[in-house]
Amino acid sequence: MSDTKQLLVVHSSPHFHSSRSTSNVMLDVIIALIPALAVSVWLFGPRALIVTLICASVCVVAEYITRRILKRDNAIGDLSAVVTGLLLGFNLPPSIPFWMAGVGALVAIVVVKQMFGGLGFNFVNPALIGRIALIVSFPKEMSAFTAPFAWHGSADAVTSATPLGILNEGSGEALPSLADLFLGRHGGSLGETCALALLIGGIYLVVRRVISPVIPLCYICTTVFITTLFGQNPLVQLLSGGLILGAVFMATDYVTSPVTFSGKIIFAFGCGVLTAVIRLWGSMPEGVSFSIIIMNILVPYIERATQPVPFGVKREKEKRK
Amino acid sequence: MPKPKKSVVNFRGGIHPAGHKRTAECATVDMPPPELVTIPMQQHIGAACQPMVKPGETVYLGQRVGDTDAFVAAPIHASVSGTVKKIGELMLPSGQRTQTVVIESDGLMTPHPKVVPHTISTPDELAGHARRSGLVGFGGAGFPAHVKLRPVPGKPIDTIIINAAECEPFITSDYRECMENTFDVLNGINLLIDVLKPGRVAIALEDNKPKATELFGALLLAQKYSGGNIDVTAMKTRYPQGAEKMICYTVTGRIIPAGALPADVGCMIVNVSTVGFLYRYVQTGMPLISKRITLDGSAVKSPCNVRVPIGTSVREVVEFCGGYRETPKKLLSGGPMMGMALTDDSFPILKQSNAILAFNDADAAPRPIKPCFRCGQCVKVCPMRIMPTMVSHDYDAKNIEGLKRAGITACMECGSCAYSCPANRPLVQYIRMSKELIKKS
Repeated sequence: MSDTKQLLVVHSSPHFHSSRSTSNVMLDVIIALIPALAVSVWLFGPRALIVTLICASVCVVAEYITRRILKRDNAIGDLSAVVTGLLLGFNLPPSIPFWMAGVGALVAIVVVKQMFGGLGFNFVNPALIGRIALIVSFPKEMSAFTAPFAWHGSADAVTSATPLGILNEGSGEALPSLADLFLGRHGGSLGETCALALLIGGIYLVVRRVISPVIPLCYICTTVFITTLFGQNPLVQLLSGGLILGAVFMATDYVTSPVTFSGKIIFAFGCGVLTAVIRLWGSMPEGVSFSIIIMNILVPYIERATQPVPFGVKREKEKRK
Repeated sequence: MPKPKKSVVNFRGGIHPAGHKRTAECATVDMPPPELVTIPMQQHIGAACQPMVKPGETVYLGQRVGDTDAFVAAPIHASVSGTVKKIGELMLPSGQRTQTVVIESDGLMTPHPKVVPHTISTPDELAGHARRSGLVGFGGAGFPAHVKLRPVPGKPIDTIIINAAECEPFITSDYRECMENTFDVLNGINLLIDVLKPGRVAIALEDNKPKATELFGALLLAQKYSGGNIDVTAMKTRYPQGAEKMICYTVTGRIIPAGALPADVGCMIVNVSTVGFLYRYVQTGMPLISKRITLDGSAVKSPCNVRVPIGTSVREVVEFCGGYRETPKKLLSGGPMMGMALTDDSFPILKQSNAILAFNDADAAPRPIKPCFRCGQCVKVCPMRIMPTMVSHDYDAKNIEGLKRAGITACMECGSCAYSCPANRPLVQYIRMSKELIKKS
């Protein structure tokens, strides 16, 4: 066996590895997004699918080209760009011009993700910044929401106010029924409307142990509790706007949320409070994106404050006793 | 049938790697002495031994061939009878170089005349004989056992934990000790009780070894060993259950403070094979010259448990057990979580070896290292509750403050973090390098 001398692999322990990899974690997230995507096609027509696919493909191509230019190795295989693209698509109105969706995707991948160092180094959620860039640049297109099932009828899309928009303006227009809210039969961003589909995706992620339920539960409960305290209908608050999409898929983004358990609680609580405050008193009807972005920026501080004490080490307080 | 005690508390974190304990029911086979043994002078943590024999000298089985005056060390004995061929040199997997005594076997295994039974009645005698027997801890690190067994003044021991957790995948050598040498283990425990007079002895096993748990339970009931303060504790099967701090916490609920030893919380943790060996040593006087190891892995033809003279080369052990199934691509001494990769199969079996694992191409293929995307899996599984997430960034930036803040000095390098990392980051390697960095600063 002297020929094995040169051939043996030698490296530091451990020599055993779980089957989990970056790409199969991302694949799980993609699978979890499929129910909501399917529902959005049912509600808003093939256009919803096209917008989402444009976002995803622009993200992947932009990631590939940027990394080529920056002389980094090709990383599109980890599927993280696909996830960013899908999430951005979910945050756009179905009627958005295709080129605008592309611009959002470019901002998300090139500016937010790759310019800060690629996967793991962006300090805010790329898809949310993509969306915010579009809101700021194209407020009209970004707030024109197609009514559900309008695609069945005339070629002209019928617009419809979102439930939170109705509440914000106080126009007295009738809110959709709770069943319609739960099933997503109301105006809104193309992936955010159907609570049922998003919850199915969320449960899948929890069961697959991709996300811990701490952030979504804490986030949703906080927002619903505070808005209820100020006289809003809790179920309407829960099922309207981007709360569930944001809490399940955006606030749980690994890169931009704390890794510690108590950090997750603080982070989600902060998101919840900010969302409630913006919904109740802000000039905009919805505040999920901004709340998450603000809390994203605080993550390093939250993480440092909640760093666990190693097993067998006494906390500073106990030491002094 | 007495029910095993359930552990009251469980440590946080840990992982559930696939067990691969397919050698569990493979009874130990004795390997005949090889023609040549290479006995390194460093088979323990601490000072290296100096060879006490010269080339050409005749040595007998169990004769001391290396020793040192240093306290943290264990003497080394001839594992065959024969002639010393040369004093050589060998690089250990740690990169350390050590002298070796190479003995050509005469095939007779003639014991040394001084190998005679002993009696042990005081703690000092226990520690003294533990040293003379060359015994080292069998957990893999090879800490000289006499240091552990020697009572520390002012730190009375009230609980002795017999560690039979064997939480590493593949390895079943401790399990075989439980099944084949049950009475040695129980008599060894009695010896410890007589000498150290602890209030409680807990035989701690993971609950994936129900047969051994039952066996111990039934025997304890039948024999009424030493006042009945021995119990069998079944612990949840979870890696690294067998680590000193984890098993101490699981069995007694006591937390060993960082930087302290089990004795600081009144506990002594002894491996089950160590206890069995101690009893046999007292009976026969034969020092530690052979070791039961588990031979397994995808590149091995017939996985088995085999008792091997120390100093036998890995190659000969594999050949004795039926050879390789395919060309090995990775050879490990120890388990896959904490074992050391060997550079070639001429390496000898050491005292602290408890397994030799040979893996094929597919299993040895390196996994591409990807950027950390902060999934937090490493933080979740760390039994020491440290945060490996930032270690590689802090190491690259030589941020010593950050490394200290991450708590990495408490790390026992169990590998749970690197096992779980989806980005395949070599976290343990980073932590080892960072520890060196902190030491130097």
